[in-house]
Amino acid sequence: MSDENNKPGTTDLGKRERAGRERGAGDPGGAMAAAVSGTLTGGEHRGGSAGPDLPNHTGTGQGTAGDRVGARVQSGLKRRYAAERRFRMYGLFAIAATLSFLALLLISIVSKGLPAFSQTYMQLDVMLDADTLGVDASDSAGQLRGGNYGGVTKAAMRERFPEAESRSDKKALYGLLSTGAEYELARRVIADPELIGQRLQLWVPADDELGALIKSGANLADPDGIVTRMSDRQIGWAADMQATGELDVRFNRTFFINGDSREPELAGIRAALIGSGYTLLITFLLSFPIAVSAAIYLEEFAPQNKWTDLVEVNINNLAAVPSIVFGLLGLAVFINFFHLPRSAPLVGGIVLSLMTLPTIIISSRVALKSVPPSIREAARGLGASDLQVVFHHVLPLAMPGILTGTIIGLAQALGETAPLLMIGMVAFIVDIPQSITDASTVLPVQVYLWADSPERAFMEKTSAAIMVLLAFLICMNALAVMLRKRFERRW
Amino acid sequence: MSTAVLIMVTLALAACAFVYGRQRAWRVAGDAGGIRALHSLPSHHGTMVAMWCALPALAIVIGWKIAEPGIISSIVHAEVPASIAQNGERAISLYRNQIENQIAGGSAAGIQDPDMQRLGERLLSVRQTGATALSALALIAAGLGAALAVRRISTTFRARASVERVVHFFLLSCASIAILTTLGIVLSVLFEALRFFQQVGFLEFVTGTRWSPQTAIRADQIGSSGSFGAVPLFVGTLLISFIAMLVAVPFGLFSAIYLAEYATPRVRNVVKPLLEILAGIPTVVYGFFAALTVAPALRDFGQSIGLSVSSESALAAGAVMGIMIIPFVSSLSDDVITAVPQSMRDGSYALGSTQSETIVKVVIPAALPGIVGGILLAVSRAIGETMIVVMAAGLAARMTANPLEAVTTVTVQIVTLLTGDQEFDSAKTLAAFALGLMLFVVTLVLNVIALQVVRRYREQYE
Repeated sequence: MSDENNKPGTTDLGKRERAGRERGAGDPGGAMAAAVSGTLTGGEHRGGSAGPDLPNHTGTGQGTAGDRVGARVQSGLKRRYAAERRFRMYGLFAIAATLSFLALLLISIVSKGLPAFSQTYMQLDVMLDADTLGVDASDSAGQLRGGNYGGVTKAAMRERFPEAESRSDKKALYGLLSTGAEYELARRVIADPELIGQRLQLWVPADDELGALIKSGANLADPDGIVTRMSDRQIGWAADMQATGELDVRFNRTFFINGDSREPELAGIRAALIGSGYTLLITFLLSFPIAVSAAIYLEEFAPQNKWTDLVEVNINNLAAVPSIVFGLLGLAVFINFFHLPRSAPLVGGIVLSLMTLPTIIISSRVALKSVPPSIREAARGLGASDLQVVFHHVLPLAMPGILTGTIIGLAQALGETAPLLMIGMVAFIVDIPQSITDASTVLPVQVYLWADSPERAFMEKTSAAIMVLLAFLICMNALAVMLRKRFERRW
Repeated sequence: MSTAVLIMVTLALAACAFVYGRQRAWRVAGDAGGIRALHSLPSHHGTMVAMWCALPALAIVIGWKIAEPGIISSIVHAEVPASIAQNGERAISLYRNQIENQIAGGSAAGIQDPDMQRLGERLLSVRQTGATALSALALIAAGLGAALAVRRISTTFRARASVERVVHFFLLSCASIAILTTLGIVLSVLFEALRFFQQVGFLEFVTGTRWSPQTAIRADQIGSSGSFGAVPLFVGTLLISFIAMLVAVPFGLFSAIYLAEYATPRVRNVVKPLLEILAGIPTVVYGFFAALTVAPALRDFGQSIGLSVSSESALAAGAVMGIMIIPFVSSLSDDVITAVPQSMRDGSYALGSTQSETIVKVVIPAALPGIVGGILLAVSRAIGETMIVVMAAGLAARMTANPLEAVTTVTVQIVTLLTGDQEFDSAKTLAAFALGLMLFVVTLVLNVIALQVVRRYREQYE
């Protein structure tokens, strides 16, 4: 350690000593109390009253000085212990408050998100009439796709509730249906065109307002006090269907197999999940080898020179650069300069890997450093070259630590949103992306997009998507902890 | 041959070269009296051959890929009809885009305009010749390299050393990517920001108090001339960061003190991971929490006591950001507090201090530089934090110190200016880069100072 580095410490201590001496000199009562009770506490004796008081008391001669000082120390002790307890309470309070923030956050998200995992379905009795559909069984799949399935589902609703005759009534009636009903029907017919001309009973998703109402368990027979955008007429129909068992709440598979949608009851996270998967894959493939190589170089080979210093300073700074700046880099360099496709997991992965590099490098260096030098010396003693020492002996031993750091870095990348907004991964993605250059979105961005949607049903979707995201993060972190526990070696 | 296929073929060749080189080394060794006669392992020889095969070929491919756009665009410039060329750079690039779109299918036959068709054919032929020449050149280089390398295999050849030199260089270049990244950030942000400052004066940007980045798309539009005074953004950022630190510093510091000085190891083992969960939650989740739970709650509470709280108040965003930063402050402070030597505490106890007196008068002053460093890092985090403010703070650029009103921040504006469709060289888009530059510079300065302080502190007790 150089002299320069010692200086702050010594002056620090010097000041403290000086402060103590001054305090002692200006506060004879305190000093005496300390001498008697054998404690020196500083702050409690600083009170201005103690010094001037003492001579007065001795002048009037009430009791011995020792008793009085003892009493003062006793009362001071009480105060000091109270202060000690208070201080402890502050600490406990801070922790308790922080943890209750955490609990509040998780509870609010889980309570909002749980309903999204179930969905209300309604039973529909459709007559697949070739005339209404406008297609028949001999048509090609392309033609079948163009069929008027909406007309069929609407007809089914009219058949179920023949009392709806006026235009507005019919419109209200159709409002109970989700467009998902048409898609479901189309899927069935395209899979099996022979169905045309037959009568079919199937369960289709209900409209999101109706769905939310059923899921909330409200008593539909008594429409007063139900907060909903549905009309009393609609509630009456719904009550009718509920009474005959035509409405049912089931596990929401749609949420896991669909892409984004304008209709909350059809929106799913599949596209975002796949997008996240591709992005994370690119991030891993780029950042892991580069970060490990960089860590090996810096820890095992780097000479002490300006260049190495520069690299180290850069890594430490990059770890603290705001993530959105990486997004600006991605936009300016990869999209505008190299003309890589916008919104693609490829660019997202590159940007995120630049962002996670410092994290992985720093933890890999720690892991490499923890391998004892005796391993290196033994290998070298057997004639291994520098690289053989590292790649055959040091690296395998450091691998658990490196992997732990990598997983934590990837978990960070999985939750990152801001830089991806910059490179256009905020698109409305309905189709599941097929490759790393397709336009796609990722889970956190999907959360961001849904959080902006006005429909109430999207709020629970958002919370549910957050729950899925958190589940992934928890799994990754648990894996990291397990790796560390299982393979950690104490030398 | 497309580039991807070419690279695959090269790598396959390299794999073959490795196998052949290793066999060759075995044979050479066998002739010379066994494996002991070789200086390097056969696999080293194999790797050396594979490297000689793949590296020059890949270098040629990469070189061509870098040079190709320049060559193509110089051809376009030279041959573009004079009537287009006189209209300047943008007309040329528009013209070129039209051609590119039409020849995307691989044929220029369908183009109506004869000039365009001629140029389209020319471009196609240049690309085709280029690709063919590139493939030939790369494959020749691969074969030649491998052949040369195979000739060098002998008992005395130090294949290990030459392989290790290449690997060493590879490791060094990986480490240097950090520098490249920083350079990339600085250059990309700086260039765009400079272009912005050509349109809007630097002084106006840093001292102006009106921010309304909507520029007129047509010259005859009224009322949206765009004004780029960024002071309201800085004020908003500082306000929210200040609120965040007001939450994060006391809570973080006190929990760190409790964990480091009072907590039993069992409590510590439970509480620390829980705090780390708080640090691992994605910021978008905090944003959602702030916008849909905290902000409405604050607004209702404000109404009940007769205060008007904006539904996008700085307070909600700042408070939630503070919660997010608590674990950051707490873990950094915990580290420095535990690093204070036990002897200093013992000295204080010996003089009769209680534990809290020891902490306040001895431990904290001793750990202060480290704590300050940690807090500076936390401030730089708060300034650069994006998602929480994008979701929970407003867009209204207002100069106010009232935490109940909506303010906007630098990061919110960057996101707003750059998401959605826009042309890239309008002042509006470039302004985002100018803001990014400010953000980068400020956080960089904070980080450098903080890291210096922390490092000096660490040396003090080592």
